[in-house]
Amino acid sequence: MNWKRSIIALLASAPVLALFAFGFTRNPAEIPSPLPGRPAPPFTLAVLTAGEGSHARTPGDTIRLSELAGKVVVVNFWASWCLPCRTEHNALSEAARYYSDKPTQFIGVLYNDSPSAGVRWIGELGGMSYPAVTDVESRTAIDYGLYGVPETFIIDPAGRVAHKHLGPITGDVLRRVIDSVLVSSGVADSVVAGAG
Amino acid sequence: MRRRAAFFAVLAVAALLAGASGAQTTTGTSAPGRSSVSTDSALEARTSAVAATLRCPVCQGESIQDSPSELAQQMRAVVRERLRAGESPEEIKAYFASRYGEWILLEPKMTGLNIVLYILPVVLVIGGLILVVALVRKWTRPV
Repeated sequence: MNWKRSIIALLASAPVLALFAFGFTRNPAEIPSPLPGRPAPPFTLAVLTAGEGSHARTPGDTIRLSELAGKVVVVNFWASWCLPCRTEHNALSEAARYYSDKPTQFIGVLYNDSPSAGVRWIGELGGMSYPAVTDVESRTAIDYGLYGVPETFIIDPAGRVAHKHLGPITGDVLRRVIDSVLVSSGVADSVVAGAG
Repeated sequence: MRRRAAFFAVLAVAALLAGASGAQTTTGTSAPGRSSVSTDSALEARTSAVAATLRCPVCQGESIQDSPSELAQQMRAVVRERLRAGESPEEIKAYFASRYGEWILLEPKMTGLNIVLYILPVVLVIGGLILVVALVRKWTRPV
């Protein structure tokens, strides 16, 4: 009769084991964002540092997302206390320079940090080729469903979120996504902004 | 033999009950607002009630009402502002769900596959009780 009991025990524990097995294949930190494909939440953010070339903005001015229609907008959330942000900084600064002759705008949003610490950090890392902006009370971060830094959003010329990247972004990912958005929206080789 | 079978039956029911209670999501208890400053205690109570239903994105299984983290405090401020602007708790929850996904809601909505979460525990408990009653009657039947 023992084999019968063993089979019952096995059958009873199978669903629990299956559930555990399924749980171990998932990363609880990976939560799908509802934003990609949807209109990007609007923002108006004050410029902290200028940046360079076509990305440059005057410190003290504001950047509105609505003014950037027709451009591919790269919004990177960062902080001076964030270690992975150091890793990705060069890739972002280089990509901004690389795309400066294309209809693009890179923006670095300082997240839960003091402006002075942000400015110091930029100096330490040899500058930032695109403007840094401040986000009072993290309103924009919450609007973008931010979990932590770094996170990067790529917004297409029609103002929709094309891509969300969690964690430090690489030059390869930036080029792949920005190129595909530029081409698919038709603004890549067009002089007229907003053709997409 | 019979006693051992009874023992296993009790174990099975206990496992069912544990599974049932585990399937329900825990809702954050609404502790009094920690760092929130407001003179309007009614608004504060409503803010706490809504905040207790929203998951803190940077914590482990904590509501934004219970978490002292900076982001949770800022999210509570958003809840307060939206309530003050006349939005309903449902509208505010929908706003957070549209930005963070349904994951942000500590209590899943009773729609689609989520209904299983609500019904399954009840089904399991009733099934377990029926099993116990059936077994006990079988064992106590005079031979």
